[in-house]
Amino acid sequence: MCGIAGLFLKDRQLEPDLGGMLEAMTATLCSRGPDSAGFAIYGEGSSGQSKLTVRVPGAATDSETIIGRMASALGMDVEVSRRDTHLVLTAPTDAMPKIRAWLDQNVPEITIVSEGTRMEVYKGIGYPTDVASRFGLATMGGTHGICHTRMATESAITIDGAHPFTTGADQCLVHNGSISNHASLRRSLLQDGIPVRTLNDSEVAAGYLSREMRAGRSLGEALESGLSDLDGFYTFVVGTESGFGVLRDPIACKPAVMAETDRYVAFASEYKSLTGLPGIDNARVWEPKPATVYFWER
Amino acid sequence: MKIFDIAKQSVRDVNRALHDLTPDTNETHWRIINSSGEHSIAVGVDAPVDIEIEGHVGYFCGGMNKLASISISGNAGQGVGENMMSGHIHVKGDASQSAGATARGGLLVIDGNASARCGISMKGADIIVKGDIGHMSAFMGQTGRLVAFGDAGEALGDSLYEARLYVRGSVASLGADCIEKEMRDEHRAELFELLTQAGEAGALDISAFRRYGSARELYTFNIDNAGAY
Repeated sequence: MCGIAGLFLKDRQLEPDLGGMLEAMTATLCSRGPDSAGFAIYGEGSSGQSKLTVRVPGAATDSETIIGRMASALGMDVEVSRRDTHLVLTAPTDAMPKIRAWLDQNVPEITIVSEGTRMEVYKGIGYPTDVASRFGLATMGGTHGICHTRMATESAITIDGAHPFTTGADQCLVHNGSISNHASLRRSLLQDGIPVRTLNDSEVAAGYLSREMRAGRSLGEALESGLSDLDGFYTFVVGTESGFGVLRDPIACKPAVMAETDRYVAFASEYKSLTGLPGIDNARVWEPKPATVYFWER
Repeated sequence: MKIFDIAKQSVRDVNRALHDLTPDTNETHWRIINSSGEHSIAVGVDAPVDIEIEGHVGYFCGGMNKLASISISGNAGQGVGENMMSGHIHVKGDASQSAGATARGGLLVIDGNASARCGISMKGADIIVKGDIGHMSAFMGQTGRLVAFGDAGEALGDSLYEARLYVRGSVASLGADCIEKEMRDEHRAELFELLTQAGEAGALDISAFRRYGSARELYTFNIDNAGAY
């Protein structure tokens, strides 16, 4: 199972409602993935600045103090905002490697979830509507976003096993399906220096795309080459700074339905998730074809 | 007429009421509104009634249908009419994958396109798609007829048994052991009768259709292998 919902807004007037619309879509996907959920939201950003989303241990209330200590140690201003267990650290983009290194060295209990100029990733264990309300998804605005509800199959129910997985700055991937050759691919990714932290098959798919793009391929090209290198069944939705893409394996047994109007492009595992969207009755609704890369960019 | 509003009643309530119908029921006309993509609407009906569904439906709508005539004003999710035994299902929009899967009887008409594996393992139903059909349609089809007015995707009729396929448009590729066959008078008559049932006889040129069927050369067709089963 697993459920995916994605929304790409064309009409700027809808941007403040992005999180609310995604939350409503996610609520319809709980039965497809009741054990954990995650969201990637592409919100505000300013040039030269990046956002590092990190997860802190549940009980830690002094995380802001730790970040303050880091900022003075590194001699820079770091803006911090908190949503439940996740902190978003905003700082100059060129300082990100230093911040990552300091966190790794000094507070290994803090996990880096994502990095990007606009993307923030939140994920947690629990019923998806509960996870969404813990993070206040409905209050998040933005241009586009992707949600995932997980029913664990290939690996355990952990926050690290929840989607989205990041494939690079401002890039993320969610997956419905199962990759059969993830063990051998993981070995080859590790040999190539791509960090794969979990036993999760979807993280391997994300790592695979990272490796292909590091070799100079575009995201579209990386997805195309995945058609021959990833053995299994999958529907992927990938997010980038400027848009999102969809790819289904050549057999296409995992469900996918899309809707497009003048105001948005929406993706969901089931039509049910689209029914609350404005103007859905007159939207163009279709199923993405197998082995075909779809992409929307702004 | 009985009206069910899925926004106010559960699918379980709707289906329970439909299952309670007896063959001699006087409640022969049902409307289901606000279907909103819910799964399993009007599954397992066993009474000669008309059911009009307004909106899109989720998975398995009209599954196992016997005798009922079901119409869906929007699109249908996976497995519409799966394992239908008899009766009639009419999808006015598109259908997702596995439409009419394993259906044993009755008629499934889809006004739009049907996606992958339409009529997979069909066992006697007739399926008429006025648009295109997706890849691996009629996979392992055993009996019954599948008609597509548009194009067929890759691997049409893979591992086919005795289902008969009529396609007017292009066929991306034929599956294992599926071949094009001659359209003889009996096939033209059969197709005309099917189009009549779909209300399309006379509107289409029968000679524009091509017929596909099993070459009967797979392992399963060789009598020497009978002992293996």
